[in-house]
Amino acid sequence: NTRRRMAAIILSTSRLFSASWSSLSRRTLVTTASRCTEAQARAQFYTDEHKELQRSLKKLIDSEINPYVDQWEKEGQFPAHQVFKKLGQAGFLGVTKPEEYGGLGLDHSYSVAMSETLGTINCGAVPMAVAVQTDMATPALARFGSHYVKEQFLAPSISGDKVSCLGVSEPSAGSDVANIKTTAKRQGDDYIINGQKMWITNAYQADWMCLLANTSQGQAHRNKSLICVPMDSPGIHLTKKIDKMGMLSSDTAQIFLEDVRVPVENLIGEEGMGFTYQMLQFQEERLAGAVMTLSPMQTCIQSTIEYTRERKAFGQPLLNNQCIHFRLAELETEVECLRALIYRATDLYVAGDDVTKLASMCKLKAGRLGREVTDSCLQFWGGMGFTNEVLVSRFYRDLRLVSIGGGTDEVMLAIICKLMGTLPQLPMKK
Amino acid sequence: MSLKVLVGCKRVIDYAVKIRVRPDKLGVVTDGIKHSMNPFDEIAIEEAVRLKEKNIVKEVIAVSCGPTQAQETIRTALAMGADRGIHVEVPAKEMEKLEPLHVSKILAKLAEKEQAELVIVGKQAIDDDTNATAQMTAGILNWPQATFASKIEKKDDFLEVIREIDGGLETIKVKLPAVVSADLRLNEPRYATLPNIMKAKKKKIEKMKPADLGVDTTPHFEVIEVTDPPAREAGIKVEDVDTLLLKLKEVGRI
Repeated sequence: NTRRRMAAIILSTSRLFSASWSSLSRRTLVTTASRCTEAQARAQFYTDEHKELQRSLKKLIDSEINPYVDQWEKEGQFPAHQVFKKLGQAGFLGVTKPEEYGGLGLDHSYSVAMSETLGTINCGAVPMAVAVQTDMATPALARFGSHYVKEQFLAPSISGDKVSCLGVSEPSAGSDVANIKTTAKRQGDDYIINGQKMWITNAYQADWMCLLANTSQGQAHRNKSLICVPMDSPGIHLTKKIDKMGMLSSDTAQIFLEDVRVPVENLIGEEGMGFTYQMLQFQEERLAGAVMTLSPMQTCIQSTIEYTRERKAFGQPLLNNQCIHFRLAELETEVECLRALIYRATDLYVAGDDVTKLASMCKLKAGRLGREVTDSCLQFWGGMGFTNEVLVSRFYRDLRLVSIGGGTDEVMLAIICKLMGTLPQLPMKK
Repeated sequence: MSLKVLVGCKRVIDYAVKIRVRPDKLGVVTDGIKHSMNPFDEIAIEEAVRLKEKNIVKEVIAVSCGPTQAQETIRTALAMGADRGIHVEVPAKEMEKLEPLHVSKILAKLAEKEQAELVIVGKQAIDDDTNATAQMTAGILNWPQATFASKIEKKDDFLEVIREIDGGLETIKVKLPAVVSADLRLNEPRYATLPNIMKAKKKKIEKMKPADLGVDTTPHFEVIEVTDPPAREAGIKVEDVDTLLLKLKEVGRI
């Protein structure tokens, strides 16, 4: 009897509870539902248009690029003009660039979508070369260049008719950009350029270079300018290709500039603003660098799962060993974390925020995680991982650059510290 | 030219995916697996768009039957140049049991509704390989059919189609309206360029259910079992033709 009474009380209170709950929930249902779909859309990050872009680019990569990557890696060079022309025709080289010069004027999330898909190319060199064209040599030009330079250099770079390279780093100044020594001295209607540039990607195939040089005396942050330099100008000499451990199909060179004459019209924006322009595009460059590591890391983890599922040792698949499937789960977790950080930084950037801190974090994490993922995966491939016949060893070599190029880990850390207020003051220069 | 063409495009498991049989052995695993447009349908869309570019056709309508995700397939078609899309909603569970006969009835109804004079579909879907939809659609509409097309040319009020058949190539003339199925060598589909992808955003996709077209999607047959093909056994190498003949006799092949 007591039990029945207990049951009745419980039932009635729960019915009462559920009645008020359902009316409350009905009132909040609308806002919750719309917030849910908003949240889902944000978390998904890519819209149907982004996904269509990725589908189309993936098709292009699968038929025009990936079948030839092994050959290009062996030959030490990929045909930049050929590949860029195909990408340019499909509109992939001008995603965020102004429409009047052949671009699509879309926001940066489309550029990120493209970079993520470029990561499905079976090497690091080709995506890197494309990124130089779209996110390193041309952003400042698109934003600050005169109509003349945009017509001469931006439009053909967007259509894929001209290959560009970025001339910033020098033998004695990489991280310390302010310390570059190349000069561009005004002489009548020309600049006379003297100096050296180092680690220049696409150097051998480039038609023009976006060069950073000192155009005046004075403070290191205010005396530099960006100048478009045609690579067939007399006085430009390239050394033999730098023999690197990875990114083999990318031609990297040291460039000597001896009394190279370039018309003053080739200046991008204002004199003295070069350093600032370069800094402004770093956020995009770093986000691009980070997002391009997502697909290779994913590929490494996935292919390692497949390999260790087939490969047997001591009577069972390698994958059955907890140290392997647990480790792969750890790596998968970290990749998701990086992905979330990148998407968030992109969202904020598109919304107009300054994402220097987040972008630097993305780059830092991408470089380090790339090394962890490729190192662990290579280990699980055993002897095969050590050969040049598998993709994991190529990514091991190629992704190692991410911690160095485009801003070293140490520079990223310094930026983050500066924004955290923990970076000690540098001694004042006399 | 007022010719309207209806193109069927099916969302299938991507050709590069390693498929796995479901634990219940009634189908293959589809959850979380990459899907894309049936390659032969891509060729069909490409041909329709090319016909439009040659001014032979006025409007290209892309049709897909399937769950919500089928809209992605239609969007790809729009990005390739189709003018508008029709999504015939079939929930995922029903999709497994949807047969070429149902799809043919749907396409036939739509062809009538839209007053299309040409229906192009891929010759077969790479998941069920039935190679029946084009033929049945023609049968229901009582239109001529030109299957396994490797070339289509318009001449006055008929189409001259070169068909790939076992013996080689066959050239036939079909009067419009007609149904054509696209074979591999008909063309090479284009990459949707980014400008077209963006333009496709504004193109319309109409939604409807099979019931709206008066089509009953009750299955006519039941899948009893799906299993992997037997694992390929190792072969042996023989020294010469005589040994080969001996071995073949031994295993009873000759």
